[in-house]
Amino acid sequence: MLTDLLGFPPQVLFGQLLLGLINGAFYAVLSLGLAVIFGLLNIVNFAHGALYMLGAFATLGLMKFLGIGYWGALILAPLVVGIVGIVIERLLLRRLAGVDHLYGLLLTFGLALVLEGTFVKLFGASGIPYSPPEQLQGGVNLGFMFLPWYRGWVVVASLIVCAATWYLFERTKIGAYLRAGTENPRLLQAFGVNVPLLTTLAYGYGVALAAFAGVLAAPITQVNPLMGSNLIIVVFAVVVIGGMGSIVGAVVTGLAMGVIEGLTKVFWPEASSTVIFLVMAIVLVLRPAGLFGKAA
Amino acid sequence: MKKYSGYLIALGLLMLAPTMIYPVFLMKLLCFALFASAFNLILGYGGLLSFGHAAFFGGASYITGHALKVWGLPTELGILFGAAVAGLMGLAIGMLAIRRHGIYFAMITLAMAQMAYFLFVSSPFTGGENGLQGVPRGTALGMIDLQNDMSMYYFVLAIFVIGFLIIARTVHSPFGQVLSAIRDNEDRARSLGYDIERYKLLAFVISATLAGLAGGTKTVVFQLASLTDVHWHMSGEVVLMTLLGGLGTIAGPAVGAGIIITLQNYLASGPLAAWVPVVLGVIFVICVLAFRRGVVGELRELIKRQF
Repeated sequence: MLTDLLGFPPQVLFGQLLLGLINGAFYAVLSLGLAVIFGLLNIVNFAHGALYMLGAFATLGLMKFLGIGYWGALILAPLVVGIVGIVIERLLLRRLAGVDHLYGLLLTFGLALVLEGTFVKLFGASGIPYSPPEQLQGGVNLGFMFLPWYRGWVVVASLIVCAATWYLFERTKIGAYLRAGTENPRLLQAFGVNVPLLTTLAYGYGVALAAFAGVLAAPITQVNPLMGSNLIIVVFAVVVIGGMGSIVGAVVTGLAMGVIEGLTKVFWPEASSTVIFLVMAIVLVLRPAGLFGKAA
Repeated sequence: MKKYSGYLIALGLLMLAPTMIYPVFLMKLLCFALFASAFNLILGYGGLLSFGHAAFFGGASYITGHALKVWGLPTELGILFGAAVAGLMGLAIGMLAIRRHGIYFAMITLAMAQMAYFLFVSSPFTGGENGLQGVPRGTALGMIDLQNDMSMYYFVLAIFVIGFLIIARTVHSPFGQVLSAIRDNEDRARSLGYDIERYKLLAFVISATLAGLAGGTKTVVFQLASLTDVHWHMSGEVVLMTLLGGLGTIAGPAVGAGIIITLQNYLASGPLAAWVPVVLGVIFVICVLAFRRGVVGELRELIKRQF
């Protein structure tokens, strides 16, 4: 049995640490999706939080209407929402090619309002519960803390997806195209690569990542139309802190911010909702380009 | 003189308006018109998308409310104090935000405003979820009783005109010209020797202060400061008003504010009340896709083509 650490019982400390790690995993997956989208479209996807929410609602819908459970939803919900993303890109975002990048932010902000407003109207603002899959119910007592299986799974699954994304971008042919498209789309096009298609796929993939996080979140946070709206602002701060240049940077920053937030909940609960913004302010003063960013 | 005739006619109409239209609605409209015009200074003329202007509008709204209700300051001083505090917040947030460009600027202002939101929610003086209620209107210049909606209206109109003139003067001053030059080509402006960070920061502070002026005035009109004023939805709304009216046009934001406020008022009493955010979102999407010049911008273009 461990003694109290700094006057806090270890269960509290490690419990918050785990919660922080889970939030951090969400920050990591969401900021990764934002970075993928930003790389090719030069757009900050304000609808990311709404699409994360859509992923959670897709999980509910698959269960209710098709009887497809959690494991199926883990694959299908990102696919469905990814297709929604592809439609959004083709119908709307594509038309903004060549205009100021700020309009992309405004357009996706409008989309977020539409999506969230519609779901609030249809389902109300209160949460709808979704139970974790049977295999992951319960947990294990590690001695210093109780680890619910599902929460451990969320962290592991997020890390797997982040690693897979890293592999896709850094070690495959299509990843090389995507990186080249970020670097110089016109040259890539001149080499005969279908850049518009690549852009559409990148948006779909980024959106699918958001939806994946939504599926993971469904059993933890309850499914709520506004679950993504405050989260996305924190993720923006995480992106400012880490910079959108590197995959590893996005993941490390996301996890680190989650842990910092968790620890703040233990030591100074009042500040826990603002600590990430505070870190952002400090980073902006000390290293304006962000921790992993190159000077812009 | 001809150049200003449109504005003089508009002013004349505004003087007569409360005899025909409910003055409280008009006052709300003027407050938001001032808010959007102040916002336009930074987005339309500075090219900087701030997604955090609710912090200044709502922040000043709380500060003015507190100053009038608890400290018992005279109404004008309370509003000015709120605007000054908003200006200081603008200085703090602006100093951080101008360190990055483009979309990062938007994300930083949004995040800082969210931080301000949390601070206001948890501060005891704001009344949290209930807001700051029962703020006294007091008197204007110590003699005109503002409880009367008519005198309150002319008081608000005076504030609006002063704020609007400050904005118009700023835009047409050498400072405003440099600001537009920075918007159009930052590198060139820098190479001409302008300290662009200082220009951006000053524009941001002026914009924040005037947004605060609008927020403080709104508190006096409704005798209430609440969380909606400081929430990020408000930041989005002011972007929409400005965009809809016309970025970088003097009259545009006021027109945009007029349309949005009228629409909200109209929808609020109908069956579509719960759909207001969706309607705003749809207008947002349409504006960005098909209507980027806004109402006034399109009109200006039309007139240009005619003659």
